[in-house]
Amino acid sequence: MYRYIWLVPLLPLAGAAINGLLGRKLRFSERLIGGIAVGSIALAFLITLASVYSYAFGSGAIWPNVYVTSQDGASYSWIPGGAVRFTQGGSARSMVAVQESAREEWAKRLAEMTPEERLRGGTISVLRGHNEEERASVLDVEWSYQLDALSSIFMLVVTGVGLCIFVFATGYMHGDPGFYRFFAYMGLFMFSMLVLVMGSNFLMMFVGWEGVGLCSYLLIGYYFDRPEAANASRKAFITNRVGDFGFALAIFGVIATFGTTQYTDVFGQAANFPLEPLGNWGILSWIALGLFVGACGKSAQLPLHVWLPDAMAGPTPVSALIHAATMVTAGLYMLTRTNVIFQHSQTMMTVVAVVGAATALFAATIGITQNDIKKVLAYSTVSQLGFMFMACGVGAFAIGIFHVMTHAFFKALMFLGAGSVIHGMHHEQDMRRMGGLRKYMPYTYLTFLAGWLAICGIIPFSGFWSKDEILWSAASTRYVPVGWIVWIVGTIAATCTAFYMTRLMAMTFWGKERFLDNQHDHAPGHEVHGADHETPTHHVHIPHESPPSMWVPLAVLAVLATIGGFVGISPAFTGGHHVGGRMNIVNFLDPIIWNPTTRFFGTHEVVDSFGRRPELVERHATTSVLTTEPVHAEPPPPYGHEGFNLAHTVESVVHKHWLTEVVFIIISLLVAGLGMALGWLFYVKKPGLPDIWAARLRPLYQASYNKYWVDEFFGWAVTRRTMDAARAVFAFDSKVIDGAVNGSAGLTRLASRVTGFTDRYFVDGLVNAIAAFVMRLMSPLFRAAQTGFTQNYALVMVLGLVLAVILFFGADITTAFKAMFATWF
Amino acid sequence: MLLLIFKIFTPVLGLLFQEQSQGRMALVWEKAQHPDLSKFLIIGALLFIIGVAGVLTRRNIIVIFMSIELILNAANLNFIAMSRYLQETGNMNAVAGQIFAVFVIVVAAAEAAIGLGIVIALYRNKETIWVDEIDILKW
Repeated sequence: MYRYIWLVPLLPLAGAAINGLLGRKLRFSERLIGGIAVGSIALAFLITLASVYSYAFGSGAIWPNVYVTSQDGASYSWIPGGAVRFTQGGSARSMVAVQESAREEWAKRLAEMTPEERLRGGTISVLRGHNEEERASVLDVEWSYQLDALSSIFMLVVTGVGLCIFVFATGYMHGDPGFYRFFAYMGLFMFSMLVLVMGSNFLMMFVGWEGVGLCSYLLIGYYFDRPEAANASRKAFITNRVGDFGFALAIFGVIATFGTTQYTDVFGQAANFPLEPLGNWGILSWIALGLFVGACGKSAQLPLHVWLPDAMAGPTPVSALIHAATMVTAGLYMLTRTNVIFQHSQTMMTVVAVVGAATALFAATIGITQNDIKKVLAYSTVSQLGFMFMACGVGAFAIGIFHVMTHAFFKALMFLGAGSVIHGMHHEQDMRRMGGLRKYMPYTYLTFLAGWLAICGIIPFSGFWSKDEILWSAASTRYVPVGWIVWIVGTIAATCTAFYMTRLMAMTFWGKERFLDNQHDHAPGHEVHGADHETPTHHVHIPHESPPSMWVPLAVLAVLATIGGFVGISPAFTGGHHVGGRMNIVNFLDPIIWNPTTRFFGTHEVVDSFGRRPELVERHATTSVLTTEPVHAEPPPPYGHEGFNLAHTVESVVHKHWLTEVVFIIISLLVAGLGMALGWLFYVKKPGLPDIWAARLRPLYQASYNKYWVDEFFGWAVTRRTMDAARAVFAFDSKVIDGAVNGSAGLTRLASRVTGFTDRYFVDGLVNAIAAFVMRLMSPLFRAAQTGFTQNYALVMVLGLVLAVILFFGADITTAFKAMFATWF
Repeated sequence: MLLLIFKIFTPVLGLLFQEQSQGRMALVWEKAQHPDLSKFLIIGALLFIIGVAGVLTRRNIIVIFMSIELILNAANLNFIAMSRYLQETGNMNAVAGQIFAVFVIVVAAAEAAIGLGIVIALYRNKETIWVDEIDILKW
């Protein structure tokens, strides 16, 4: 069944093409457009389900093998490239060769040693040669889809959550004149996102990457008649360009280093490259840096996060699908996909962890003071993405993906819930005008409740499992030396998250019904679409529950947000290891995570980059030969010195490994409870407290309320400088270039005047002088010659004849006369 | 100038009166039978010069015509003299000059007719036959 995955991206594309190309011309009804869109996504979801089942769990399951569609034999050549020279990573490659020869020699020596000698250990001298050979490869990029653990999860999330959101959107966008356009863009987005996560090489990921960027731009600017939407779309596009630049450079680096873009080949080669500990900038660190810049742009990490809150100018389903559930997790997908490259560079792992933690706290503190319900959710998304980056940075890639999944459930749920609220409130987004909606929108309230508990991290909702695992991974990490700082920052951010989410709940669903007394200053600009609500009978806007097409997806997502976390249940609850076999997401993802200690993929399932098990491939020398003793319970840290480790310190106090994790779980639950209690205290129990504390912490409040002036800073540092540069260029253009043109024109005019003068006075003068000379002096002579008398002409002729005779016969005549005279005289 | 004329004409006179002392009639006859070519050529040249001088100097157009006839006849004389001379030297077929002379006479007659016609036409228009009064070539 998994051989049909090529249909998965194709179906949304077909739906989008039908809707987009024919929807307007043939005047499709909303029902038809929605049917085509939802149908195509539903079909894609079903195919995905069947494919993943047959790939991983069915009778013919090939997990953990990687399935690439080009394995089937047909030609999938997309870009037939030319020869590529390896211009980068030559020293690393030669070190790999040296290490391999050393390992062979070591194995030979070990075989000859006696057991005592083995225990003592021995030294060997390795011939270190600089055999950096000039190698080249043929770059032939194929268009093929790859099905493995990572892409399965992303395909399921994208199509599954996407399906819910599509259904929701048919209700939410009801009555919008651009209905067909909306669903065409959404379908195109689904196609691009699926190409992104299903492509088997970096270039396909790049195509999907740019495709989702384009669709994001189109959909943020969906209400293009609104200036803030148009500006937000441009802002998102331009900010993403910065990240894409880094991504493109990283792809060039990959091609120059590995000569291919196919994941399996690249990672198979990279797995043997030497590690680059903290502070070493080898080629893989640079590639990882480029990839990370790309991930920062797409996943809205500091300092490229500025576009995501503004992106809320788009319709709410777009915010849910693109800017919460799927597209912004593309950075996480890339990080996890290229975890081999990242794990080679301890520097970049540290950078990822620190940036993720900083973003998590930064965005969470902004979220506390925002009043727009979608803005709060947007900053919450940025914060949660920071958590995911944190997980990747501390080496827990599977947990990061786990959080991507749970976040997709509960954040899509909350965005759709917010959309339902906005719909019910007649396009009111300001939480200060809401309150007490529990009574009016029971379904929305109940589902939102599930999302709230999930994001706050309350056991047993999905968010708890993933976020707790992230914090535990940060505390116990052996990858980066700053794990304890990351844990502290993450814990504070989690507290803030619980606080602002409780605030959102309180301001929206609980408490006083503020919309009743605020009707008169209801801003008219908020009613943009949905003219059917603008009837005069709606003088006082009473919120109403949304139609089933909107709350049913909410219910589905609420169920997922509640129970979705059990696929990654914490080992602390199950006796210290991940239970459930492949059904556990950590085990499921294990074969795609590279292990820097064994230099193979996976910790439980040791496989190569194609997913083949070690009995099929030659087992690595380090694991088979060097470890004569049984494998340690805890392998040495991958990068040598690991620095202060919070979990180890705690473990040395409580003396039990599982108990250590329980301690951290309790801390995590406590801070979540603290945040929620504070929120309840501030916004339910004593509603006067927020103003008091805002006044007390005025500078902090202002900084948070104004989003730390990042936009202003960028406006000053980037936009203004760009404008200055543009102005300078314009000045140069108008002064120097135009001046040169005008100057040359003036010079030409001057030159023409000079030549004109010369012409008039010198050339004409000469001609006139000659004419005058001829006229004045020569003409009397010539005129005199022309007498008009025939005889004069005849005389001239005779004279000419005489002259001719004298000339020709003069000598003869003279001699004749001489002879004559001589005879006579 | 007189000296020049004398120098030129003296040989001519000398030719005419050279052989006076011998049997006169026989000599004349002899000369007539075997004329000296140069004498004919000299006479032809004189005729030609007289004609040219007439054409160039006379104002009456009729006289100019007559001068032209003189020139033509000078040419005829040369033709015939040369023809005769060639026959004397043995080439009995050299009659082209004599035929040419006949042609020239015919052409001269035709030319005279046309020329006199032109003169008459001219006279009718201008009422003059003095060429120095006919200067319409200079317009």
